[in-house]
Order: sequence, then structure tokens, then C-alpha cells
Amino acid sequence: MLVHSRKARWAVWAVFLVLFLLLFALPLLVVLGASFATHWSGVLPSGMTTANYRVATRGEALEALTTSLVTAAVASLLALTVGTWAALAGAALRKRYRRLLDALFVLPVAVPSVVVGLSVLVAFSQPPLLLNGTRWIVIVAHTVLVTAFAHQSVSAALARLDPAFEQAAASLGARPSYVLLRVRLPLLLPSLTAAAGLCLALSMGELSATMMLYPPDWTPLPVLIYAATDRGALFTGSAVAVVLMAATLLVLLAVSRVRTRASYR
Amino acid sequence: MGIRFDSVTVAYDGNVVLDSLDLTVEPGEVMALLGPSGSGKTTALRAVAGFVRPVSGRVLLGGRDVTDLPPYRRGIGMVVQSYALFPHMRVEENVAFGLRARKAPRTEIRQRVAEALEMTGMAGYARRHPRELSGGQQQRVAIARALAIRPDVLLLDEPLSALDAQLRSGMLTELARLHRELPDLSMLYVTHDQVEALTLADRIAVMDRARLQSCGTPRELYRAPADEFTASFVGNANLLPVTVGCGGVDFAGAGLKVGTGDAVAGARATLCVRPHLVGLGEGPNRLTGTVTEIQWRGATHRLYVEVDGHTLMADVRELRDPPRHGDRVHVHFAAEDAVLLPAGVAGDGS
Ligand SMILES: Nc1ncnc2c1ncn2[C@@H]1O[C@H](COP(=O)(O)OP(=O)(O)OP(=O)(O)O)[C@@H](O)[C@H]1O
Ligand SMILES: [Mg+2]
Repeated sequence: MLVHSRKARWAVWAVFLVLFLLLFALPLLVVLGASFATHWSGVLPSGMTTANYRVATRGEALEALTTSLVTAAVASLLALTVGTWAALAGAALRKRYRRLLDALFVLPVAVPSVVVGLSVLVAFSQPPLLLNGTRWIVIVAHTVLVTAFAHQSVSAALARLDPAFEQAAASLGARPSYVLLRVRLPLLLPSLTAAAGLCLALSMGELSATMMLYPPDWTPLPVLIYAATDRGALFTGSAVAVVLMAATLLVLLAVSRVRTRASYR
Repeated sequence: MGIRFDSVTVAYDGNVVLDSLDLTVEPGEVMALLGPSGSGKTTALRAVAGFVRPVSGRVLLGGRDVTDLPPYRRGIGMVVQSYALFPHMRVEENVAFGLRARKAPRTEIRQRVAEALEMTGMAGYARRHPRELSGGQQQRVAIARALAIRPDVLLLDEPLSALDAQLRSGMLTELARLHRELPDLSMLYVTHDQVEALTLADRIAVMDRARLQSCGTPRELYRAPADEFTASFVGNANLLPVTVGCGGVDFAGAGLKVGTGDAVAGARATLCVRPHLVGLGEGPNRLTGTVTEIQWRGATHRLYVEVDGHTLMADVRELRDPPRHGDRVHVHFAAEDAVLLPAGVAGDGS
């Protein structure tokens, strides 16, 4: 413990609590409160109702939720595949080229997501790669955006992986493909699931690139929230936002369950 | 199947860490690679296993050049210092790994896994995960895993260094038994512990700074080391700077009668005498000095005696009435217990 005296420890906790409440809890509580309200003119919301949720879990909103979930799942799967593949290939490269590859994969993080959206739009608006107007352009943009995180966490895990494991496997007569399948990937599983959680959460909350790309029949949930607040339906928007948060949390929970089972060490 | 290093040179980024090594391990022989940290022992092992490619020279296994063969086609058993047991597999899966990778028939796998676990005394732990085993047990599993593929060559890289002293001597006995049970298995055993090398090896190769210093049976290296490094690394040694005279050598103004071989009179040389061959009191080749330190080691006393600025170690049977710090004592040794070595950098026998 860094702080020893009892008083000081209390003070630290108090500061933490205040900051936590102000920065994290309060905004979320406000949204939660608003999601059950019909008016909010005083200090507290009024006209409590569950009607907002009736809207937020049916029809358009339900469709958007499915859209978000499918987009996140497909984009994360693609990102994990590409990211892991690149990380594995990078691990076999010389240091200089590995750095180059790493830099290349970090690019989508460094570039604003609006720019990523724009570049995807420009790149896939003409034949032979005409994806504009289809759901695939959204999925491609999300994949580009989250691959960086998948690549980064997998390559960090690879760097930490003791080469003694794969060498032991090779000396026992296992070909590189067998070593990959039976030793390296299983050992990477904890970081793969961590990366999966990150990718899913990021994709489910993505708005700025999605806004430029989504076709009418593929509207992810964040777009719906934005549209709702834009036309002044703040309380419905809040309810949809709570649904989005809950869905994201559930997905993360499911992934972390896989994770605990994968972390045998 | 034997191992042969044919002037194998290994370099990392232009740094030579193994300098044209020539060494042959006969079929069924246990060869210990002994040397200080960083002398290139692990590198030599990695060259045999195929994890590092020599910049020049060849590695031969059973007369076949394997220099260009990838590790998975060499059929070598290897046990590394960290054991590298696969943490996500049970003990039996770890041991079966090599056989599964080779697509051995299922019945054969079961039988060989049982056999390997039996041989290493781990049959009762087949269903456990490596993290549920002690260090010594993990080490046995690592050996069982390497033996399950029935290799002709077993490479061991400081397999006992992670174990405490008591467990280590037990495992040494087990390894010796294992070798009796598998007389055709050649073993290359890396260690920087001379006791391990002396106990286990048929021959010892002493390495220093990327080079092979000397190679011979433990007895040869101990009784008649060829150079100062070998003398001080295999067992303890008093190394005295002397000048060759006729029929003996001069040390600190005293004439010592020892065999000089073909050394030229007047040349500088180093005289090597093992501490346990130095006696206390009057005798042939007597030297007189001052006791600077006495250590009681149970069955023996070790005396440090300063003779004309050089410290001599003497291990004598436990004394009922040991000399005290600062006492003048005589020490002596028999002519046939001293070995004359070419002069080197050492000299004060410390
Ligand atoms: N992958 C590597 N890259 C660069 N240098 C290396 C590498 N591996 C080993 N070396 C260097 O090669 C030299 C010999 O290393 P090696 O591991 O063979 O020593 P060792 O005799 O096994 O020592 P120890 O008893 O400490 O294990 C050392 O100086 C080490 O720094
Ligand atoms: Mg080593």
C-alpha cells in the first residue's frame, strides 16, 4: 500500500469516489434516469414510464441491435483473423520489417475514424470493389478500425511467449503448422479472447465512420441513438442507449467467461 | 547414434559465440559440456537441435549431415532448463505430444506414454496439469516427454539447475539409472556444475569463451588437466607459479622435486596440486607458511596457508586440534600428485 496512515487512505478513497462519480457514474445515471422519464425540467426526471423501453426493444431498435451485434461479430472475427495472421507473420520477420508492419497496423488508430470512414467510402464506391450501399461497407470499415487493436494485443502476447515452447514442440517432431495449431494458438488464447472483447466493444460503439457509410437497411444502434437525439426524442434515445450498454456488457461478460476457461496458468 | 561437431562456428550478429568446435559423442556415451556462464554450451546444444544455424562447419548425427535439416526432422530428444512443458496439456498429453505429431497409432501412443511415465516414476501423475507439479516432477515429465519418441540422442540443458541441492543429487542418481536402462542413448549434458559432470559423464568437454578447452574422461581431466582453466574448473586446484629447474621446480625460493616432463630448464610454468593431496606437517616437497583462514567442513578442515604471498589450499581430515589463524605451519605434497602445466594467467592459486 502506497499510503499508510488511515486518514490519508480515507482521503484518497474520497477523492477517487468523487472523481469516479463525477466522471463515470453520473453521466450514466443521468442516461438511466432519462430512459425511464417523459419530462426532465427540474433536478430529477419526472413522469416515470417504461414506454421508452417498449420502443427501444421492438421494431426498428431491435433490428438495429441485431445489426450492431452481427456487424461487431463479423468485424471482430475478421479483425482477429487478419490481426493474428499479421502478428504471426510479423514475429517471423526481422526487427526492422516487424516495426514497419506494426506501424502499418497502428495507422487506423492514429487516423481519425471519420477519415477512415471517408477513405473506405472512396475506396469501395467504384467497381470492381463496389460495396457502397451494402452492409459490407460498414463491416469493412469496422474491421479496418478494430484490426489495429487485435494485431497489437496478439503481437504483444507473441513477444511475451517463451520460444522454448515451440522449440520443444519442434524437437519432438512437430511441423510448424502442427506447432501453431496445438501449441502457439492455445497459448495465445487468453490474449485472443481479450482482443475479441476489445474489438466487439469498440465496434458496437462506433459512430463516426458508420455515419458516412451505413445503408438504410443496415442501421447500427449508435446511429439510431444519434438520430433519436437529433430529432429531439431524448428519452427514447436514452432507453436505446441503455439497451446498447446492456448488450455490450452482456457480450463482454460472455467473452470473459471463455477467457477464464482459457487462462489455465 | 553418435553426435559429431565438425568445426562448428556459430555467430550472433557477427559475434562468434562458438568457435570452430570439434567434438564427437560416441553412440551410447554421456558427454558433459562443462563451462562458465556464456561460454557457448547452450549454443552448441542448439546447433545440434537445429535452432541455430552454424555459419560454418557441419553437425552430424549418426554419420548423417543434419546441418540443413529443420529441428522437427532431426528426431532428437531435448530437455531445457525451464522444462517448457505445455501448460494447457495434461502430463499424459505432454508426453504423447511427439507421438501424436508423428501420427503414431493410438495403441502405440498409449503404451509408450505409459512406459515413459513408468520409467521416470510419474505414472501416478498422468492426469495432472504441469502447474500442479513440483519442480522435480516437472523435470521428470520433461524427460519422459523427450524419451517417449525413443530418440537416439538426448540433449539436456542444465536440467537440474532449477532444483534444490537435495533433489538434485537424487535426480543425478535417477539419470544415471536411466542411462543404464537405455544403454544405446547418447546424451549431451550441459552444466556448469562440476559435480554433475563428474558423476554422470563418461567424458567431459570443458568450454571457455566460445572454445573447447579440453576433453577427456573425468578422471583424466581431474588427475592430469592439460591447462590451468581445466584444472580450476574440474575440481579445486592450487595453481603455483614456478620456474623449471633441473629435476624439479623452484617456487618462492624453495626447490620442489616434481616431474618436469619435457619442460625446458629456466622456463616459467604453473604447478597444479589438488587441495586434498596437500598434507599438513613434515614431508617431501615441504613448504612453510602462515595460516590465514580455517574452515571446518564436517569431515575435513580446509586451511588457507600463505606461502610467500601465494595462498595454498589444503583439505585435511578433520583435526582434533586445528592450527589457529596466524600460526606458522608446514605443508607438503607427493611428487606424483603434482602436475606441471604451461604458464598461464593464474598464479596465486586462489
Ligand atoms: N539469441 C542470441 N542473440 C545474441 N547473442 C546470444 C544469443 N544467445 C546467446 N547469445 C550469446 O552467446 C554467448 C553464449 O551463450 P550460451 O547461451 O551458449 O552460453 P552458456 O554457456 O549456455 O551460458 P549459461 O551457462 O549462462 O547458460 C553469450 O555471450 C550470449 O550472450
Ligand atoms: Mg546455457
